Amino acid sequence: MAGGIARTDRLRAIALLSPAYLWLTVAVFLPLSAMAFFSIITDVPFGDTEWHVTGENYTAFLESPTYARLLLKSVLLGVKVTALCVLIGFPCAWVLAKMIKGRAREALFLMVILPFWSNSLVRIFSWAIVLRGNGVLDKTLSAIWPWPVKLNLLFTESAIVIGLVHSYLPYVILTAYLALQAIDDSLIEAARSLGAKWWTILWRIVLPLSAPGLIAGAVLVFVPVVGSFMEPRILGGRLGTYYGTVIEDQFVAVFNWPLGAALSFILLAVVLAILALASPVLRKART
Amino acid sequence: MKPRTRSRVTGILGRVYLGAILLFLYAPILVMAAMSFNASEFYQLPFTFSTEWYERVWRNDLILNAAARSVWIAVVVTVVATVLGTAASVALWRYDFRGKRALQVLLFPPIAIPWLITGTAMLIFFFGVGIGRGTPAVIIGHVALALPYVIVVVTARLATFDRTLEEAARSLGARPWMVTRAVMLPWIAPGVIAGALFAFAVSFDQFVISYFLSEPGDSTLPVLIYTAIRKGFTPEINAISTIIIAVSMVVMLIAARFTKFGGER
Repeated sequence: MAGGIARTDRLRAIALLSPAYLWLTVAVFLPLSAMAFFSIITDVPFGDTEWHVTGENYTAFLESPTYARLLLKSVLLGVKVTALCVLIGFPCAWVLAKMIKGRAREALFLMVILPFWSNSLVRIFSWAIVLRGNGVLDKTLSAIWPWPVKLNLLFTESAIVIGLVHSYLPYVILTAYLALQAIDDSLIEAARSLGAKWWTILWRIVLPLSAPGLIAGAVLVFVPVVGSFMEPRILGGRLGTYYGTVIEDQFVAVFNWPLGAALSFILLAVVLAILALASPVLRKART
Repeated sequence: MKPRTRSRVTGILGRVYLGAILLFLYAPILVMAAMSFNASEFYQLPFTFSTEWYERVWRNDLILNAAARSVWIAVVVTVVATVLGTAASVALWRYDFRGKRALQVLLFPPIAIPWLITGTAMLIFFFGVGIGRGTPAVIIGHVALALPYVIVVVTARLATFDRTLEEAARSLGARPWMVTRAVMLPWIAPGVIAGALFAFAVSFDQFVISYFLSEPGDSTLPVLIYTAIRKGFTPEINAISTIIIAVSMVVMLIAARFTKFGGER
């Protein structure tokens, strides 16, 4: 009898779970496998085109230094943006978690998180308006700065970094905030009453305890930034050639899908390596 | 300095810092919104108030069609993702079985892998199996992105559900479906509503996946905006962008009423 109940339970579990997971399989896992296949053939296998298995798409990456250089450029962009997000976001999370109390904290927290849930493309576009020469930032600075300034940040690397930090800063603030909130205030109080200086408290108590949350936030920023293409396009102009934009070109402009698939797959490998490296810490952050 | 004055000073500094962050986060959006009411096409100052660009949006069929398509795609995605996601959450919460951890881990790839990779992979696969580009492909992709969010939010709400309530109902003779409908669903409703709003936001704001999957001339609003920006700025884009930001912020504010965002413990 007990086995019978377990069996109907199992059937119910399968009935409830399979639609969602079949959907994920068709829309995410099978496509990723298809891309692996595409990355090792010569031409798209639709219609009458001739195609065969090849390693050319990967050797193309190794032979031409352009791709590796762009991947490095994208990784460095990721490092820069991540570092800035952590440096700017951590103190902000500290203020929210430890210095502001009650309803004000809830409202302010919501205000920090809200832009993150609005359209990222539109937010990047709004920076293009602010940063352009003779634009709002230029005019404002000229008005308050005693010496003449000529500031045209649009289509520079700084513009791309500013836009990306703006896009992903809330991620770091959110994860750091959750980690900091879990730290017992009495621990800090105890250290202070024993005569510890603030940097000792920061270095020996706060940072070690909030490290999992901070690293989780950093990974959540780094991974999408390495794969970004829309932000460099809009804010970088002609300078905005990155690894992501090259992949975009293979699919929408050059139509070399196998090469695009190989480049995407190399990026995926980089991303997975980073996620795997961070996974022990990420697991700790969730519990 | 005395400790009390020092803590007051750091308190003020902290608030100033937080204010600076909020300025950084909101200033560009506010500038864009202001410029959408500026008469000058090239964002010239001084500012002269005009609603011309909004009127132009209203007369622009291309933008209106894309907006309508974005909204109805988001509605379909919301319904499908919420139903499938809630069902999966209930199963993950109620039953213990081997491989449950693995199923939970499988929710992360759609969130963690850059959309550029997922989007191009979907394009390749959908072409290979004959779905091709277009609205059905966009919907399939959006639902897959929204599902993990729904499952995470609903599962979090389920964690607060008291299992003894379910047992009590069952021991009083309620059939399993009755237990789910009359006892559990009312309890998790706020989580389901929040999950649905997240799903709507994910779909309505999604650009990368839509960009690779939508057909030229049959695109969603964000794709249309991207194409317009790359061709050259037009002030109508300011107006429609302002509307989009307003819509998604309102949706998220409503969602925030139903979930705590992890903000309160």
